[in-house]
Amino acid sequence: MIKMHNINKTFRVARRNAGMREAIKSLFQKQYDVIHALNDISFTIDEGEMVGYIGPNGAGKSSTIKIMSGILTPDSGECIINGLIPWKNRIEYVREIGVVFGQRSQLWWDLPVADSFRLLKDIYQISEKKYRENVETLSSLLNIETIIKTPARQLSLGQRMRCEIAASLIHSPKILFLDEPTIGLDAVSKIAVRNFIQDINRQYHTTVILTTHDMQDIEALTKRILLIGKGRILLDGELETLKKEYSQNKRITIDYQRGSFMPCQGLAIETHHPGRIIVSVNTDVLSVSSAISHLSVHAEVTDIAIQGATAEEIIISLYEEHHI
Amino acid sequence: MKLYLNFLSMHLRCALEYKASFLLTILGQFLISFASFLGVYYMFARFNNVEGFSYSEVLLCFSVVLMSYSVAECFAYGFKTFTATISNGEFDRIMIRPCSELFLVFASKVEFSCLGRLLQAIVILIYAISNSPIIWTKDKILIFIFMIAGGIALFMGLYIIYASFCFFTIEGLEFMNIFTDGGREFGKYPMAIYGKSVLGFFTFIIPLACIQYYPLLYLLDRPVTPLAPYTPIYTFLFLIPCYVFWKIGVTNYKSTGS
Repeated sequence: MIKMHNINKTFRVARRNAGMREAIKSLFQKQYDVIHALNDISFTIDEGEMVGYIGPNGAGKSSTIKIMSGILTPDSGECIINGLIPWKNRIEYVREIGVVFGQRSQLWWDLPVADSFRLLKDIYQISEKKYRENVETLSSLLNIETIIKTPARQLSLGQRMRCEIAASLIHSPKILFLDEPTIGLDAVSKIAVRNFIQDINRQYHTTVILTTHDMQDIEALTKRILLIGKGRILLDGELETLKKEYSQNKRITIDYQRGSFMPCQGLAIETHHPGRIIVSVNTDVLSVSSAISHLSVHAEVTDIAIQGATAEEIIISLYEEHHI
Repeated sequence: MKLYLNFLSMHLRCALEYKASFLLTILGQFLISFASFLGVYYMFARFNNVEGFSYSEVLLCFSVVLMSYSVAECFAYGFKTFTATISNGEFDRIMIRPCSELFLVFASKVEFSCLGRLLQAIVILIYAISNSPIIWTKDKILIFIFMIAGGIALFMGLYIIYASFCFFTIEGLEFMNIFTDGGREFGKYPMAIYGKSVLGFFTFIIPLACIQYYPLLYLLDRPVTPLAPYTPIYTFLFLIPCYVFWKIGVTNYKSTGS
């Protein structure tokens, strides 16, 4: 479905020091730095997959998405999506994709959202019947039936984002690129958006590529993650395997009434207030059950919570491990 | 074409969301170009002709250029403000639509307030025609229409070039205004009054003289080469290099970080 092979992209960035003098100097002689935005990026994604594309700011996520959506032409490398080369057969290719840029709107600010949808219908040449069907299903799934009659400027961010996503799917694309779709949303809207993306993927078998900094998105939506840093793919794997690999550390939170705790091997105290203690257990050395029994020997425990590593922690340790 | 009409109706509805502002900017545009008309008026209050062109003849030339400029600016506004389209990432959005990107940029903005100038141009035109001794035959009317159409094509072409430069650099594009806004101001008078080299430049490099000086001579029954009445057609050819330049620019597009 999606095949990227050895994609490279460099940018020339003009550099100059601050100040008027330097500004004048740069008029005559410009200094450029070459930045390798993407280095030998290769991966394949199958139809119907949901992939999380993660990495810190400036790692090359957006550049990859832009190449995959036909906006940028790479310096070298092969990219075949849907049997087409995005930047060569641009017009034919983009009919099959939908893109949501979380930070930019595609709706007409002053007009009701439904008007923007109408225009998209003409741009994508969707038949009247198909258009009706799509708008109906999308607006009921996203719960925007009444909202779409309001001008976009009067919508809340969450409402607008739901409309944005609907607008990107109105031509029933095979691939959906989501660039930070939940940025700035409240908890309820986030969950609504996530559920919807899942529904779409299940019902229509839409391939979804998601970039985000919100690890809950990743946890809720994707099985597979691609980690990019400094323009290279650093890791390509299942989130579950990663979780197992990185969660030999379990965190146990214990509420207690009285008593004391003895340190022991494989058990480190993270915080300790009177009445509550948080310890982390290295499960390679000490099993969780023996840790609990050890801890409850000298104390009267009222509550215990055990937690594996969250996606967030995994990502942080991944970033640390790869020095990005 | 249907799609463009659709865009147009969207733009009109947007503009009508703010009615007072809409009307005031039209009025403002009308007044601004009125100042430039006053320039011509006072000039002729002192001299009764410029290089052999009388007041009404210059006004005819003025109205043709002003009219084609304002129509071009109104509809090619997307090219005029293309720097912003690039820097706010709007162009990324255009690239993911299954349409020609040139068309979408063209359709992306319409500035109705420029119609205030058009109104001005029409008023001047009516005044000029009623005061000029030209006897309007069928082919003269046809040529006159071509002068305006050619002028629209010319100014649009200039805006496309202006926009294409944005793909390479965003700084220092002001010099293009010499040809667009400048063209409108120079174009008030028949190009010949600026001398041979200017006339040559505005004939072969930027064919502004082809929509005013040469066909105007024909309209006024002055002695001309047989090619003169057909020169407005030449300006349409000017669109070809503009288009090529645009295409080169698009492949050079670098996008901005988000």
